[in-house]
Parts: sequence; structure tokens; C-alpha cells
Amino acid sequence: MLIEDMMNRNIVTVRPTDTIRLAMLITAQHRIRHLPVIDEYGKLVGILSDRDLRDACPSKLETDVDDSVFYRKVSEIMHKDVVTAHPLDFVEEAAYSLYENKIGCLPVVDGGLLKGIITETDILYTLVEIMGVQQPSSHLEVEVDDRPGALADVAAVIKQHQCNISSVLIFPGRTFGKKNLVIRVQTIDPRKIVASLEESGFTIIWPKNTGA
Amino acid sequence: MIVTYFVYSPELLQYSFHREHPFNQKRLELTLDLIKNLNLISPSQIIAPRYATDEELLLFHEPQYVKTVQNASHNNNGSLASFGLGTEDTPAFQNMHEAASLIVGGTLRAAEIVMNNQDAHAVNLSGGLHHAFSGRASGFCVYNDCAVAIHYLRKEYDARVLYIDTDAHHGDGVQWAFYDDPNVLTLSIHETGKYLFPGTGDYTERGDGQGFGFSMNVPLQAYTEDDSFLEVYHTVTTKVARGFKPDVIITQNGCDSHHFDPLTHLSCSMQIYREIPRLAHQLAHELCEGRLIATGGGGYDIWRVVPRAWTWLWTELSDRKLENIVIPQDWIARWQPESPLPLPKSLLDPLEELPLMPRREEITNKNRLTMEKTLLYYPKLV
Repeated sequence: MLIEDMMNRNIVTVRPTDTIRLAMLITAQHRIRHLPVIDEYGKLVGILSDRDLRDACPSKLETDVDDSVFYRKVSEIMHKDVVTAHPLDFVEEAAYSLYENKIGCLPVVDGGLLKGIITETDILYTLVEIMGVQQPSSHLEVEVDDRPGALADVAAVIKQHQCNISSVLIFPGRTFGKKNLVIRVQTIDPRKIVASLEESGFTIIWPKNTGA
Repeated sequence: MIVTYFVYSPELLQYSFHREHPFNQKRLELTLDLIKNLNLISPSQIIAPRYATDEELLLFHEPQYVKTVQNASHNNNGSLASFGLGTEDTPAFQNMHEAASLIVGGTLRAAEIVMNNQDAHAVNLSGGLHHAFSGRASGFCVYNDCAVAIHYLRKEYDARVLYIDTDAHHGDGVQWAFYDDPNVLTLSIHETGKYLFPGTGDYTERGDGQGFGFSMNVPLQAYTEDDSFLEVYHTVTTKVARGFKPDVIITQNGCDSHHFDPLTHLSCSMQIYREIPRLAHQLAHELCEGRLIATGGGGYDIWRVVPRAWTWLWTELSDRKLENIVIPQDWIARWQPESPLPLPKSLLDPLEELPLMPRREEITNKNRLTMEKTLLYYPKLV
């Protein structure tokens, strides 16, 4: 999955010459935590997080508040060396970049120009989609040897039952040399598939025997 | 004086995919025979279903899908697959359209009886086919009788409908049918879709737009057992029904949560099938002048579970008093030769036969947390 397929293209931005006050109003109004800063050509020149904005504000415990900071320029507090993503990056690269740099968003930049933005929330949503259920289906979990063709062998058994597969996830097994396949099969009654898989020597983790 | 009607005719048994298929309507015959053996029904209470008309089916289903079902039995090609037909779950069979329309007509008949008579309940145990989508068969269900009937109740009577689904599987077809409709509240209590078909039915599915808060789900853990199931059912159903104030209640009484059931893992006993209809019945009288339509649903141990479960349902709705008595010898003698397993001896399960689940406390706590999340949004009493 590419970043250009999932990035947010409606980007809310500020200019370096805008005031801190305006930047704060915009984050509050759009309920966002990150503001890319662009110049008049659409080139990314910096980024502001809601924490940067708060750091610039006077403490609310202070009684004698000096309002003048609100009228200082965004360029004075923005971060200029921004970690970015490219539209052709994969989602896992973006996820790794967020994780590695301990940051919450990546402006998506192509040729210096800002094209979109991707946040940790978007990445989490992708995970929700991948792990989730798109078609009515049952959960089938099979432990297989970590060898070429294991997935194909399991899939062949499911094919014999003319059953569609709606998703497949492969996890490291609980013991060395094993993998767990989590397959969502489009049937309400996976018993025949389970029986065939057991007959072929596979270990079924779920469904467990019922109806005893 | 309340009269309760039982929608039945032997033709309902023609909804049959093939002899080895787990969905087997022979359970209707077994159930009615047990009810008769216990002297719980008079002939005047049995009423025949009718066929749903095409217009009625089209209240919910797509024209292209109905056409495909009509032609399915003699047009067995690959195009069926995109409509969910011709699969192992829902293979096409002779006269599938007629058999499926009779079930829908049965639930419509039940709805008419309840809406047109003062003080009547009606039971259509052949219905409750809650997985069917508007354009696709799914999970043994061809036409969705509950969804059609609810559309019918909306159109003909402008009724606010509360749909309560206690099948072990999520009532997905009915939920999606009314996902944005604030006049239909669908409540489904089922085994979590993390493992079980159809996979949906998380508490986060709450409805869309105007219908937000009018779709409710409690996904229960595998091995939930009676006490936790009933605690969740009583708490959620009572609150939601009183908050929503329906004009009519329609229940889906799938009985596949029993520990004998071969497809599911909730591990309950016959006790829940005695309790579930009791609360629905009471709420129907408290909130909507007794207008209560009960349908069947899942139930794949047709010998040991379904006849007893639905006998309890019928007993409750027809206001008969019944204790945990011995099952009549006549019934056992008649059916034991056909049953692959020994038939049960009493109407409830002997306590010593119930399986012991090691993580009961943990599972009960988890179910309570899920229920609290479900109850974050629902139509509250003002």
C-alpha cells in the first residue's frame, strides 16, 4: 500500500510570516495537532506541532500575561529540518519512520512541494482495515512449518471446498521453525475444511473442537 | 386474553439445501411434535404461512438478486457465486425461491397477526434468516425474512421496531439493512466475530448518520456460559428497550449458543433459552401492548438442542406454565431411531452434564467491560 493511496490531500497549512496566534486558532478550529509551514510556492519550509505552539505560550499560572508573544511569527518557532515521506513510499516505511523518530506525522513531499500529510492515526486506521473483516467469514488459524509452499498447501485444501479466502495474515509461530496462518474463510461452517486440513497433517489452532 | 399463534406448515421443510447440510428444517417438525406431546398447543393456534410476493421481497432485496434466486435451481453456472449462491454454505436447490419466500411470508404472516389483532403474539420458527444481504446469500440464508418484515412494518404501520437477536452469530444482514434508520433499533448479542462467522458485530458498530446509536452489539467471549450471557442479556435488553420505546418487538431466537452446538463456542445450557423469551415477553407487554413477533434462527444440534429450546420459547409466549419435566416417552420413541445421538431426557440440562470452563471469572469480567462500552450510546429514557 502506497502513501499516495492513503495520504490526506486536504492539508491545512500556515506561512512562515503568519502569527503564532493564527496558527493556534487554526489547530483548534480543525482539531489537528500538526501544521506544515509552506512558502508562497507551496514548498515545505517547516513544521509546527501543538506542543511547539504551547511551548511558545506564557504559562497559565502566570498572572501578568504578556500578549505580545502571540503576535510573533511562526518562523521563529517552527522546526526547519522536517522528517518527510514521499508519495511512493510504502505504508510500512512511513510507520517505521514515525516509530524511529518518535514523531506523530509525516508531511508528504515531492520535489520540495507539499503534496499531503500522513499521521499516526492514518497508519493505525490502515492496520484496522488490514486486520478487520470486509466479508462475512470465519477465523481459521493453522500452524505450519516455515517452508516454501506451506501457504499454498493450506490454500489448496480450502480451494477443494470451493471456499473463498477474504484475508490472510502470517505470524511467527510460538515455536522455532513454525508459522501461524490466520485465514478468514467465507463460510459459516469451517468444519469440513478443518477436517481436511487435519487429514493433511496440519495443526489447527482454531476452531477448537466443539459440540462435545 | 392473549392468543399466541404458531406459523407452520410441512412445506416449510422444503427449505433444504441437501441431506447432509447442517441447516436442517427437520428441527421444526421435531419441535412441534414435542410441543404437541407436552399438550402445550391447540390446533386453532397453528396457522399456515403464505408466500411473500415479489413486491414484498423487493422491500429489502435487489431485483437482480431475486431474479437470480428464481432461476438458480435450473441455471447452475458460475454467475451464482457473485450472489453468494452455489457455495458450500448456500448451494442452489430445487424450488429455492419458493421455499425461501414461504419463510419470508411466514414472518410477514406473523407480523400481520400481531399488528391487526389486539393481544396477539406470533412465532415463526422457520424464520430468523438474519445473514442474507440485499443482494447476496450468506451463512445458510437466502432471503432475510426479518429485514423484509421490518421494512413491511415500517411501510404499512409506520411502527418503531426493536429487533433483538440472540443467535450465537452476529445478525449482520438485519443490522446493515437498517444501519442509518433511527426508527429501527437492532440489538445483537453474539459470540465475538474475532473467531466466529461473520466477523462483524463489534460494539463500535453503532449505526450511521441519523441511525447512530440505533445499532447495538455485544460481542461475547468464547466460553461465556449461562450466568454471564444472561447478565449481559438482561442488563442491555432492558435498558435499550425502555429507552427506545418500540411499537413492536421482533426477536431472533437462534439456539446455537448451547454447548452441544457444533459451530459455536459460547458453551451455554438450555437455561438461557428458558430465560431469553421471558424478558422479551415481559418487555413487549410493558412497552408495546404485547406486540411480539418471534422468529427462529440458527441451531445446528437439531436433535438435542433445538426442540427443547424452542419449546421453552413457545411455552413462555403462550403463557403456559412448564417446569423442568421429563421428556415424553412417545417423543423419544418416535425420534430416537433417526437420531445419531441419545436424545435428552429432561427439558433442562442436568447440572452435572455441563462442561467446566477454567477461565470463567476472566471471561465474565471481559464481557462486562464489553457491555459497558456497548452502553456508552443508546437511546436513553428522558
